[in-house]
Amino acid sequence: MSVESFIDITLLVFLGLTAFAILKLRALFAVVMLSSVFSLLSAGLLVHLDAVDVAFTEAAVGAGISTVLMLATLALTSRREKAPTRTQALPLIVVFLTGMALVYGTLDMPRFGDASAPVHNHVAPKYINDTASEIGMPNIVTAVLASYRGFDTLGEVTVIFTAGIGVLLLLGAYIREPTGLRVQTMDHHLVLRVVTKVLIGPILLFALYVQFHGDYGPGGGFQAGVIFAAAFIIYALVFGLENARKAVPGSAVRMLVACGVLLYGGVGVVSFAFGQNYLNYSVLGASQVAGQHLGILLVEFGVGLTVSAVMVSTFYAFAGQNPPISDEDW
Amino acid sequence: MSAMIIDAFSWALLMAGSLLMVVGALGLIRMPDFYTRMHAAGITDTLGADLILLGLMVQAGFSLVTVKLLLIGAFLFFTSPTSTHAIANAALTAGLKPQVGGADAEDGAAEKEDE
Repeated sequence: MSVESFIDITLLVFLGLTAFAILKLRALFAVVMLSSVFSLLSAGLLVHLDAVDVAFTEAAVGAGISTVLMLATLALTSRREKAPTRTQALPLIVVFLTGMALVYGTLDMPRFGDASAPVHNHVAPKYINDTASEIGMPNIVTAVLASYRGFDTLGEVTVIFTAGIGVLLLLGAYIREPTGLRVQTMDHHLVLRVVTKVLIGPILLFALYVQFHGDYGPGGGFQAGVIFAAAFIIYALVFGLENARKAVPGSAVRMLVACGVLLYGGVGVVSFAFGQNYLNYSVLGASQVAGQHLGILLVEFGVGLTVSAVMVSTFYAFAGQNPPISDEDW
Repeated sequence: MSAMIIDAFSWALLMAGSLLMVVGALGLIRMPDFYTRMHAAGITDTLGADLILLGLMVQAGFSLVTVKLLLIGAFLFFTSPTSTHAIANAALTAGLKPQVGGADAEDGAAEKEDE
């Protein structure tokens, strides 16, 4: 057995074990932590498949920010899952049959790594051959994501936008902007405050690097947006929600949620105005490559803006529901 | 010759890091109460991970990879002890008493259930 398949099998076994543990556990804190572990393991698997961009997103979104958001949810709900009251025979049969059907479906799929698989012969060769001349970017993933498949990414950003708006509507964050609450400073947590102060700067800097270096290496708007939001969330966690709201008001964040999608769509409208197809950036610059570069930069920035604003406003909405913890309770 | 010295040095660092990882994992299973287990877990992601990164840096030489590893190491150096501190602190404020002495083991467990 080669080292590659050994790593694959180890990671897959751990994925399976984690999934099983998540199913069996009733303590929801442990379930949240295990789902974070699950995401990190899948990120490792994706790195091993050479899909670093996807792995980056999985690590940042799955293992990072969604864990924080799920913990914030747990603070509002119960720490334990209710034990099922009815027999679970029927769901088990349904899941088993569906699983068998899916496994049967995979029998028709090409073998792993098969060079004659349709996925390697459809549009992928065109992307690989033409990216250098048409887009002029070393990272083909970014070129595919933002330019060749710009419509799909616009759809994804709109999905995030819609989901964020949905969460805000459900939690009623648009009304509640409490004022006059005692500002939480976490006076007793010297270590946390000092380390947070040290780390926030580098985290923001790294987010900007990921955002604007996405054309050359792994990264882009989705990952950068999440990392950027993480810096704000860590600030809100350590220095209190009120202080974070003072730095970045909730209304401003909600505005940015819309601005990102607007920027993305606006770039498409501008390319309309120049007499080209929607989201064809070639007309934006002096040459085709320059236009593509500018378009991708703007579009990725829109993605990052919306993603980070959605994450921060979701966190504000969740954390705002909790009564502030008084200093004596720490 | 110098390549061999570099290899030996980096292997020594890697092995020391791996050893600390194993010791930490063992301690996580074998230690009697929460705080001692935290102590074991803290070793893994602070000194264990940093020593392994150091070993990799020696392998990479003066290159961009070393700079990136250095940044990861610095990040871990700040975050890992802080998270260990935060978890232990949270447990203490939540009312989990450290287990002191062998004979108190049963009492400590009973006390925890009372709360």
